[in-house]
Amino acid sequence: MSTPAVSAGAAGAAGGPPAKPRKSVLGTRPWVVVLFLLPALVMLGALVVYPIGYSVWRSLYDETGDGFVGLGNYGDVFSDDATFTALKNTAIWVAVAPALVTGLGLIFAVLTERVRWQTAFKMIIFMPMAISMLAAGIIFRLVYEADPDQGVANAVVVGVHDTFVESTAYPKANAPNWSDMEGPRAKGPYTTKSTVSAGDPVLLPLVGIPPDKVPGDPGPAKAAEASGEEITGTVWLDFQKGGGGEKGAVDAAERALPGVKVEAVKDGSVVASTTSGDDGTFALPKEAEGAQLRLPASNFGAAYNGLDWLGPTLVTPAVIGAYAWMWAGFAMVLIAAGLAGVDRNLLEAARVDGANEWQVFRKVTVPLLAPVLVVVFVTLMINVMKIFDLVYVIAPEPVQDDANVLALQLYLVAFGPRADYGLGSAIAIVLFILVLPVMIINIRRLRKERRL
Amino acid sequence: MSDSSAASEFSGPTEPSAATKQPKEPESQAQAATASSGPPKRSLASRLATRSAGGVLRVFLILTALFWLTPAVGLLVSSFREPEDMTASGWWTVLSKPADLTTRAYSTLLENDEITDALLNTVWITVPSTLGVVVIGAMAGYAFAWMDFKGRDWWFVAVVAMLVVPIQIALIPLARLFGDIGVFGTIGGPILFHIGFGLPFAVFLLRNFFAEIPRELLEAARLDGAGEVRLFFTVVMPLAGPALASLAIFQFLWVWNDLLVALVFTTTDSQPLTVALIRETRAFSQNIETLAPGAFLSLVIPLAVFFAFQRQFVSGVMAGAVK
Repeated sequence: MSTPAVSAGAAGAAGGPPAKPRKSVLGTRPWVVVLFLLPALVMLGALVVYPIGYSVWRSLYDETGDGFVGLGNYGDVFSDDATFTALKNTAIWVAVAPALVTGLGLIFAVLTERVRWQTAFKMIIFMPMAISMLAAGIIFRLVYEADPDQGVANAVVVGVHDTFVESTAYPKANAPNWSDMEGPRAKGPYTTKSTVSAGDPVLLPLVGIPPDKVPGDPGPAKAAEASGEEITGTVWLDFQKGGGGEKGAVDAAERALPGVKVEAVKDGSVVASTTSGDDGTFALPKEAEGAQLRLPASNFGAAYNGLDWLGPTLVTPAVIGAYAWMWAGFAMVLIAAGLAGVDRNLLEAARVDGANEWQVFRKVTVPLLAPVLVVVFVTLMINVMKIFDLVYVIAPEPVQDDANVLALQLYLVAFGPRADYGLGSAIAIVLFILVLPVMIINIRRLRKERRL
Repeated sequence: MSDSSAASEFSGPTEPSAATKQPKEPESQAQAATASSGPPKRSLASRLATRSAGGVLRVFLILTALFWLTPAVGLLVSSFREPEDMTASGWWTVLSKPADLTTRAYSTLLENDEITDALLNTVWITVPSTLGVVVIGAMAGYAFAWMDFKGRDWWFVAVVAMLVVPIQIALIPLARLFGDIGVFGTIGGPILFHIGFGLPFAVFLLRNFFAEIPRELLEAARLDGAGEVRLFFTVVMPLAGPALASLAIFQFLWVWNDLLVALVFTTTDSQPLTVALIRETRAFSQNIETLAPGAFLSLVIPLAVFFAFQRQFVSGVMAGAVK
């Protein structure tokens, strides 16, 4: 007899002690029985049983509690937009999270089985079970922070993305120091120091791109011709292969940079803008007279900023990810315990028969583990139906409706500004009905074991 | 129950040692092969495959462990940074210049009365809830295990049925009830709530544990003249140490980490740390300097419990996870 454990924890899903006829040690006097039982029964009656009855009754009345609405509130669970979204999201949670977490737990349990430092590994994976969903939520708010300079998820995504994809027209192109422009290196925007005037073509040289790597392989640049009315100029790559050419002048072999946006800025506001043509030249209307020219940063890769983890589309998967982080350890430890009970000889026999490791895993290990997997899966399912804290903490308020789940909607409906105890009670009863099958299984198992 | 004890922690005394003594461990096998001492059992190719697979597995597991640690390390590192640094660059940049770390966020946090009061409230809520569940649950569990009364098994079935009742169902009714009896808004609300919803599991767990106590032991104590009450306190409770510890740890964590119940039943005067922190998240990016150390403050106790009582912790969490 040592620690109570897994089997008990599966809430009677796994076995209790064998049935034994048990009698009082001595005929116990009734008042002693009452003394021992009464506190628990009073507490359970007042705090668990009474609320179930009250909720059933209350769910049949409207928000004030005065008008009888029959099953109206239950209809609202499906017709009220926010509540129905919550119901759908809860369905997504139940469909995805238990399977994901059980799968992770199975993988970890099987892979660590023969590793000598499995204890350390399991400790790390299990540790998140100790902390509150609130703390986990704050941890993942930080992980999912949109700015890649703060959120580690986007830092990784951007890092991977930029390794494989060059996203912008001329990323990292630079205004050289012999140009008239200044601005943050390789980022832009670059702005001319002096103002422009018609009849005086502007030269906007850029460097920092190898001539043979210019996107779109444009032709040679052309020096813009002066025009009486318009401001003209050229944007080009002031560098040619093998060197040579004059700095700050459009040489014959130097390439044009078409498609660069040019803005004329006066007193901080844009008065005119255009885009350089195929030969790198551009023309701005005469409003631009006396303005400074700016090459906005969008030309140089307003860099890829990663995914909008906490936006409406990704928020539920993101929160499920946080949940998997917390609960994979639970599944792993239970499954590892089951694995320890698997007869090694069966696995060896399969190997001797020529099965490879994958076949052994699929055809022998998993079927033998099936009872444990079911217990883990069902426990997670019950847990996921009632998920509240993680969603409440991680989903920012603007997308709370998109991430909503039943338990959160209950809280918002009943204890938010709506203060609708009727609908709130109906949601509570729906949650209760969802766990009823498990309750019935628990009771039947118990009765079978004890032959009631 | 004894069969599951070994399995209930990371490395029970039996199965990991069996695992490490597996003859197919990559190194020992390779060494045996080079020394060519033992009879060759497998082809060289399959030995090499096993060995490199072991290497890949090791790398995979190490990467997974790092991946699992990263989110929490991020919070920990962030909590030791200056607020200005936190908005300017990622926490990982600090790894190359640890001199920028500071405990300022923590000292600011601990000077904040709202936070320290909330931390105290957390303790005042957690301790009575845990004691209450353990004591009341043990008494009822003992009655169900060793006392005779009419309908005993049916009462016990009813308690087991309550194991999976979602706490959400009681929020609205108890908000009303607690209002009527005047505990709404005090720490009494969450204490009562947690005792109520902790009891089904406590009774279930402890009844099963008590039922395993050898009958002769109780009868002997009885013959020595111990009354039912004395028997319970001097014989049964001391024997139940491990079960009580697991239960207490689980209940402690459950209450300490609770957000929803406290959110509904407490006000700013009685709120525990979790509720005080959630108020801060409502304006997240402005308050990261409170949130990061605050979240860490709230998880340091559970983590300490985790490391101090690994065995009971794991079995407690495993056992109670169904809630």
